[in-house]
Amino acid sequence: MLDISKLDAWYGESHVLHGLDMQVPEGKVVSLLGRNGAGKTTTMRTIMGLMGKVRGTLAYNGADLLKMRPDQVARKGIALCPEDRAIFPSLSVHENLMLPPIIAKGGMSVDHIYELFPNIKERATSRGTQLSGGEQQMLAIARILRTGAKFLLLDEPTEGLAPVIVQQISRTLSEIKEMGYTILLVEQNAHFVQGIADVHYLIENGNIVDRLEASEFEKNIAKVDKLLGL
Amino acid sequence: MDFNMNLILGQMVLGLVNGVFYAILSLGLSVIFGLLGVINFAHGVFFMLGAFAAYMLGELFGIGYWPALLLVPLIIGALGLVVEVTLIRSLYKLDHLYGLLLTMGLAFAIEGLIRITFGPQGLPYNIPDSLRGAINLGFMFLPYYRAWVVVAGIILCVTVWLVIERTPLGAKLRAATDNPQMVQAFGINVPVMLTLTYAAGVALAGIGGVMAAPIMSVDPAMGTNIVIVVFAVVVIGGMGSIFGSILTGLALGLLEGFTKAVFAEASSTVIFVVMVIVLIARPRGLFGKMA
Repeated sequence: MLDISKLDAWYGESHVLHGLDMQVPEGKVVSLLGRNGAGKTTTMRTIMGLMGKVRGTLAYNGADLLKMRPDQVARKGIALCPEDRAIFPSLSVHENLMLPPIIAKGGMSVDHIYELFPNIKERATSRGTQLSGGEQQMLAIARILRTGAKFLLLDEPTEGLAPVIVQQISRTLSEIKEMGYTILLVEQNAHFVQGIADVHYLIENGNIVDRLEASEFEKNIAKVDKLLGL
Repeated sequence: MDFNMNLILGQMVLGLVNGVFYAILSLGLSVIFGLLGVINFAHGVFFMLGAFAAYMLGELFGIGYWPALLLVPLIIGALGLVVEVTLIRSLYKLDHLYGLLLTMGLAFAIEGLIRITFGPQGLPYNIPDSLRGAINLGFMFLPYYRAWVVVAGIILCVTVWLVIERTPLGAKLRAATDNPQMVQAFGINVPVMLTLTYAAGVALAGIGGVMAAPIMSVDPAMGTNIVIVVFAVVVIGGMGSIFGSILTGLALGLLEGFTKAVFAEASSTVIFVVMVIVLIARPRGLFGKMA
């Protein structure tokens, strides 16, 4: 269980998160929806310990994440798939996949990953950045599934991808959800998260403005679309 | 000008020996710059300390060349570890210039300390008995020790290159060079990695110092003299390029030797002329990546 309470975060002098409150229960998929600049990525970076100045409460299974370095947060079983995918250009696809250390038992085997993402297997010896956008996204997700982390932070996994690839990623996330992973899914694509997330948080100007259960999402879709500027 | 072929070949072989030292030093310098972003001017001083450590091990404990070749990199690596933790670490968030200035100050301070302790004169360090003698190459008699330096130096450089390019450890180093924050977010302790990389980089310089001790006299200025050339090598090869550093180091050693044979007066400046040309024509260096 990730418990975020009264969380503030700054980029230099710029105050980005303003007392953000949200919870991510174990085994659930929670979406964080908002426009560009609303504070979604900052929330992810703050959870991972990548922000310099922060204040508030950020507890994961009782552990205070705000006192930890990024590597210590990762060792708690939290893994980030960032918005830019962070595929390392000087590494092959296979090296990118094998880069994060195993931090707990129960991670996916390489064989299982290659079964789930056959494109990655075919391109194993290519440079990571020679993959298409969709393949890079799959590699970025596959990479963290190997580590044994059970809490995944996925930052806009569908951004800039063709609809057919988005569908493929949606299927993959549903499979991952079935395996019992906890996922915090940052998105601007409401329709993508609708069938996957159990709970939806709406974020605006660095603060949560609404929380919707999956069952309430459809009847509030107009509100969500308005928030997203659609 | 004398274009005697035997002289040219002989000087080029001797230049290759210097090239091996350039390659070893520029390799360490390049790894440190690539990962830490620090232009380590103190690199030459660690080379000099490697030679002095070998000398002191021999004088104080009767430890010879071969054990020194194993012990000295450990000693210099440990010293590098202390330097990184106490001095270098505080500079990572600042411009590269601050790292250059700090390591430059450190280099001159250590060199001064060694000069006060041991005097300005070079100290002798004997070639190990097993490598005395020379081999007739037809155009020159090549001392066994210099042949050993060339072979061992090239093996050392290629081994380091293979570790960086072909192993999981090397993949972590390359990834951390690309995006250290993300590597840390994967659970890798990047601050420790930086410390160990600095230690390993200067340990390489220490090995170079031991290998150089029987060829150059062990003197306080030996590091500062060579580091200027090594900086030129790194600039020509391309900052941060491991392969470029090795190849450029060896090639410039050969060029220096060739120049010594055909126009000796220019031999100490030819590398800098090449550096100027490369900087104008290809500022990122021959093997460097686009910024």
